[in-house]
Amino acid sequence: MSTVRLLAIFVENKPGQTARITKLLAEGRINIRWVTIATSGPFGVMKLLVADPERGHAILKQYGMMASLIDVLPVEVADQPGALHEVAECLARDNINLDNTSGFVANQRAIVIIETADIERARALLVEQGLRVLSREELLGI
Amino acid sequence: MSSPDRAYWKPAEETLPRPALEALQLERLRQTLARVWEKVPFYRRKLDEAKVTPDAVRDLTDLRRLPFTTSADLRETYPAGLLAVPPDEALRLHTSSGTTGKPKAIFFSRQDVDNSAELCARSFVATGMGRHDVFQNMMTYGLFTGALVTHYAAEKIGCLVIPAGPGNSDRQLLLMRDFHTTAIHLTPSFALYFADFLEKRRVDPRRDLALRRAFVGAEPYTEETRRKIETGLGVRAFNSYGLSEMNGPGVAFECQEQQGMHLWEDHFLMEIIDPGSGAPLPPGARGELVLTTLVREAMPILRYRTRDITSITDEPCACGRTHRRIQRITGRADDMLIVRGVNFYPQQIERILMAVPGVGRNYVIVLEGLDEMTVKVELSEAGFDGQLEHVVALQNEIAGLLRAEILTKPKVDLVPPGTLPISEGKAKRVIDNRTL
Repeated sequence: MSTVRLLAIFVENKPGQTARITKLLAEGRINIRWVTIATSGPFGVMKLLVADPERGHAILKQYGMMASLIDVLPVEVADQPGALHEVAECLARDNINLDNTSGFVANQRAIVIIETADIERARALLVEQGLRVLSREELLGI
Repeated sequence: MSSPDRAYWKPAEETLPRPALEALQLERLRQTLARVWEKVPFYRRKLDEAKVTPDAVRDLTDLRRLPFTTSADLRETYPAGLLAVPPDEALRLHTSSGTTGKPKAIFFSRQDVDNSAELCARSFVATGMGRHDVFQNMMTYGLFTGALVTHYAAEKIGCLVIPAGPGNSDRQLLLMRDFHTTAIHLTPSFALYFADFLEKRRVDPRRDLALRRAFVGAEPYTEETRRKIETGLGVRAFNSYGLSEMNGPGVAFECQEQQGMHLWEDHFLMEIIDPGSGAPLPPGARGELVLTTLVREAMPILRYRTRDITSITDEPCACGRTHRRIQRITGRADDMLIVRGVNFYPQQIERILMAVPGVGRNYVIVLEGLDEMTVKVELSEAGFDGQLEHVVALQNEIAGLLRAEILTKPKVDLVPPGTLPISEGKAKRVIDNRTL
C-alpha cells in the first residue's frame, strides 16, 4: 500500500504563475485529480493530488520549480451529517492537531484529506475507530 | 612530485621590518610628491592651495596635510589630466567600472604593468598558489582591471592560465574538468551562481573537480557568503581587495591565515578617515580607506578617497608578512542607505540573510514610494517543506532579524529560486525607485 502524497509547489502570487506549473504537468501527461491554492501576500502554495506525485515532482524540479512532497491521510467518511465530526473527535481525543485539511465528494463518496505532523499515530487511531484510510490506489480509483 | 609551495613570492619585500618599511614609504612618498608637483598641473594647483611643498613632508604624519583626490577629480581630469609621463610612455589604459557619466581613465607605464602583476603574484603565493596550479580566470577581460592584472600575475608565477572570462557556466565547467583547474578568480555573486549551477548539474566539486582555491573580489561580501562559496565550490575562498584607481586587484589580499587582507604598504600608503569630517582614525576604527600610490609612474594619485569602509589591523600576522591588514570591506560610503531616517549598508542585510537556513543565495533590496523597503530573497530547498505556514513563519523570522539589525522593519518577500535577476558580473543588490 503506497502512501498518499500531495505535490506541493511554492509559487509567486502573480498572474501566470499557476499556468507555468500546469503547463509543465500537462506536457508531462500528469493528470491532476484535485487541487488547492493558498496564498499569503507575495507568494502561495499549490497542492495537487496526482497519480504519480514522484514523477510530477521530478518534472517540476527539472524545470527549477520549488516543489516538495507531503504525506497525507485520505479518510473515507459517510456522506452524512456528523461524519467529519467523528474524524475530528477521534483525533482530538489523542491530542492530534489537524493541519491543512480539506474534503470533497466524488461518486457519492466523501473523502477528507488530512495533513498532520503525527501521521502514523493518526492513521492507527482512525483505523482503530473503524474509519477507512485509503491507499493511493484506492483514492485514485474513485 | 610537485615542489613544495613557496611561502613568499618576494620574501625580503613582504617581511621587511616595520621601521625599514616606514622609511621606504616616506622616501617613496617624497618622490611621488616631487613627481606630481613637477609633472601634473592638477596636483601642483592642489598642493599650492593646501600650501604644501614636496620638501615640507618630513615624516608620514605630514601625509594628512596633503589634499584628497576624489573620484570626481578623476572624472574631471578625464581623459589624461593626471598623466605624469609623456603619453608615449603609457603602455596600457584601463577604465573604472563606473556606472554613470564619464569613466575614470587609468594609465599604466611598463613599470606599472609589471608592478601590478608583482603585487598580485605576491598575493597569490600568499594563499599557497604555485607554478603547478591551473588558474581559470572568470573575471571580465577588457577595460576592467580585474582579469588582466591577475592574468599577468598568474603567468609570472608560472601557472597554466585559462582566460575564460565570466559567464557561460557550461563552458566554465568543461574547462575545469578537462584542464583540471585548481584555482579560480571571480566575483562573489558569480561564485554563488556557479555553486548553484554545479548543484543543478549534479556536479560534486570535491569528487568531480580539482578546484582548491577561489580568489573572490571586486564586490564586497560577507563571511557567511564566503562560507557558502567554500561549501558550494569545494574550495578555500580568499578575499581580495583592489580598485582600478590603484592598479586593480592585488592592493590587499588574504594570506593562508584568512584573518584580514595584507595591504602592500611598500606600494600604497593607507589611512582610515571619518568619511564625514575627513579626520584620521586609529587602527581598529572603522572608516573610509584612503590610499596614496607610492611607486606608480604613469598616474600617481594622492590620498584617494576609495569610499570603501574598513578598518586597519596592526597586530602582527602569523604568516610573517609585516604589511598591515585591512578587514573585509563592510560597505561603501556611497552605498549607505538611509531608509526612514535609519542608515545602514546592504552588506548588513546580506549578513543576516546568509545566516538564515532555508534562504538561498540571491537577494535584492527594493526601495519604493515614500521610503518603503522590501527585501526579496530566494527560498532554498531546505526552506520549503510544502507548507505555506512554514514559509510565512520563515518570512516573519527574517523580518524580525532584519529589524534587530537595522532598526527598521522591512517587508520581506520570499520568492522561488531563479526569480531574481542573476548576475555574472557585479551584482546589483539595491534598486532605488523612491519618489522622495
